[in-house]
Amino acid sequence: MGFIFKGFGSSGTFAHGVHPPERKGFSDGAPIEVIPPPKKVMLPLLQHVGAPAKPAVKPKTDVVLGDKIAEPGGFVSTAHHATISGKVMKTGIVTLTNGRHVPAIPIKAGNEEQLSGQALWEDIFGGEWPRDVDNYSSKEIVDAISAAGIVGLGGAAFPTHVKFVPNEKKPVHTVLVNACECEPYLTADYRMMLEASAPIITGALLAGRAANTKNIIIGIEDNKPKAVEVMKKAAAGTGITIAVLKTKYPQGSEKQLIMAVTGKEVPLGGLPLDVGIAVSNVSTVAAIARAVVRKKPLTHRVVTVTGAGIKNPKNLLVPIGISIGELIEYCGGLTKDAARLISGGPMMGFAFANLDAPVTKGTSGITVLTHKDVQKEDETNCVRCGRCVDVCPMNLVPTKLALASRHKDIELAERYNIMACFECGSCAYACPASLPIVQLVRTGKAVVIAASKK
Amino acid sequence: MANDIQQAEVVETLHATSLRVQDAPVIHVAPSPHLSNTDQTTRTMMRDVLIALSPVVAVAVYVFKMYAVTQLAVCVISCLAAEMLFTGMRGRKASLCDYSAAVTGIILAMSLPGTAPWYVGIIASFTAIGIGKIIFGGLGMNIFNPAMVGRAFVMIAFASALGASGYQDAKSAVDAITQATPMDAFKQGGVIVPLSSLFWGTTNGSLGETSAIACLIGGLYLCIRRTASWEIPAGVIGTVIVLGGIANLLNPESQWTVLHHLLGGALLFGAFFIATDPVTSPLTPKGKLIFGAGTGAFIMLLRIFSGYPEGVMFAVLIMNSLTPLINRWTVPRPLGGK
Repeated sequence: MGFIFKGFGSSGTFAHGVHPPERKGFSDGAPIEVIPPPKKVMLPLLQHVGAPAKPAVKPKTDVVLGDKIAEPGGFVSTAHHATISGKVMKTGIVTLTNGRHVPAIPIKAGNEEQLSGQALWEDIFGGEWPRDVDNYSSKEIVDAISAAGIVGLGGAAFPTHVKFVPNEKKPVHTVLVNACECEPYLTADYRMMLEASAPIITGALLAGRAANTKNIIIGIEDNKPKAVEVMKKAAAGTGITIAVLKTKYPQGSEKQLIMAVTGKEVPLGGLPLDVGIAVSNVSTVAAIARAVVRKKPLTHRVVTVTGAGIKNPKNLLVPIGISIGELIEYCGGLTKDAARLISGGPMMGFAFANLDAPVTKGTSGITVLTHKDVQKEDETNCVRCGRCVDVCPMNLVPTKLALASRHKDIELAERYNIMACFECGSCAYACPASLPIVQLVRTGKAVVIAASKK
Repeated sequence: MANDIQQAEVVETLHATSLRVQDAPVIHVAPSPHLSNTDQTTRTMMRDVLIALSPVVAVAVYVFKMYAVTQLAVCVISCLAAEMLFTGMRGRKASLCDYSAAVTGIILAMSLPGTAPWYVGIIASFTAIGIGKIIFGGLGMNIFNPAMVGRAFVMIAFASALGASGYQDAKSAVDAITQATPMDAFKQGGVIVPLSSLFWGTTNGSLGETSAIACLIGGLYLCIRRTASWEIPAGVIGTVIVLGGIANLLNPESQWTVLHHLLGGALLFGAFFIATDPVTSPLTPKGKLIFGAGTGAFIMLLRIFSGYPEGVMFAVLIMNSLTPLINRWTVPRPLGGK
């Protein structure tokens, strides 16, 4: 792979990190299935980073798939759209898998015909996708992204239009498409690359066009050789580079990916934009293609339902707002030894217990672990072995952060740069003493933030 | 009669319900990450140390026979007893199964002369565990290497048993024990022990320090398993080579070469087994290098200029006390930070 990185001054990897078991085998061979349209969806008004959206429809209105039901509540916010056809019901409150209670607009399906199965797939990812995107202007693309309510589909759910709004002071010179999917178990992005490479390529070209750059790189980990092959074939002749990266967690984290591909360091507290890079997930760019070329909003996403605790692991194309319980039921239900439901992957995902929680735009997977998977040794004192230091991709001293958090010592926490931690969990994964380092750091960050607001 | 049937039905229904409840998965929530590396636990780290110590123990038993066996038994049993006693006094549950007390016991035994009387081993063990470890809060909380605290105490309290003459026992049936230790023989009489004896370990000395090869095998195992950080022994050995080399250059007629410095005394045992104690050494790779280099420098300082023939114990204890400072100096630069 050396030649790919020659121009970038990078080694194709980042410092530190861990190698958790990949366990992609549960679902990586399962083609994406379109789930039958549900009877009801709950569309939370806050599915993204930033301000909540504002409802744009009154209860009892009839809507069809794709109608706008909520307006952005600010610049860092997005619109939301009906993901099935039906009647809007009274706004209620849902508990998301991350524990937040947010208002949500329910839509109940009546007897109207729903787009489903193969027809829905064709509507979203099928058909022809243009390779020549020069006739779209930058503004046109950003407006279409914004109108389609697209957020980062990798999990963080940052409103995508914000990344591509032209910025005079910080021009973008590289668009980096994140196809690492470094979380164990998850295979949604992998299946997308195998089955929907055309819209991904078009979306990547459009993202480059929006940012006014021809330098587009798709970063894929080397544990997905099939995806690399398919994407290389699809990208031939477009000028897009496929960068094959050494498999390591957390490569899919923005800052680590930028380091691996370009050798650049995003300044502490800064954004990729500060080094002239815009990063978007591979499924996100497919949504961009659909938004720009077909003027269709983001209504569905691919979710991996996987783990030893699920009877039939699958990759599903589901309407946003469908309850997670329905997904699990469609996959045959939980096994007897299922122990933990996780929204996302096992390293950074949230454990939840409420099966009524809806799928949001950021739900990349539902991982169900068994008692055996989550087994842990008893917690002991920290033996200061420094293994957390050896694995921290941000080059922090996690055990000191945990200590500072435990004692609410703000000065110590800040001296060791607690706010730089993005909670990837590498330290807690590697910790021989089984200390809940991430959990402690989270509380420590909250204390530091509270103190800075005073 | 009817009542009985009713009751039976109720019991049956209850039974069925409880079966259903049993069949249902038990879901619980917890903070991420939901996976952990179960190959590496505090207990497996301690077990690695025990495995790494086995060549050292084997050579000690081969060279010193029953002296080694007795000293090991005394120290290990006393350390375990002390751990039980003192954790019990703190009202904590016994922490014997993490093997850390056993490790302290073996390292302590290996750092004592085989001829030291039994009560010296017991007193050293209780000091090591009580004052060296539990008083600070037990495993992971201590500032000084417990085994070295125990050894330092008996070295001062029982100077005759641990001083130069303590290592020699004319009545001993074991040849090695009738000789002076190599470091002492050189310091007192300028006698040079051949390198091959230092390498294989057929000399007198503390039980575990005589054989360079045994320390190297065990130490490399620890480093490969990453139970010990290679930076520490590298720092110690590197510094000893540099300083020993300078000493040789300044004093070219001395027969005590860099290699003697490396293979003789407790240097390798100290570098691989004592200085690498994670609890009492710095956290970052850079800090570990500084710690190792500092330990090496103090060892050479004590060996060349002090009245003691050997300086590993004091060097490690001094650097232990500097560890918090080293941690403070070596806060790593976070990715993207200044």
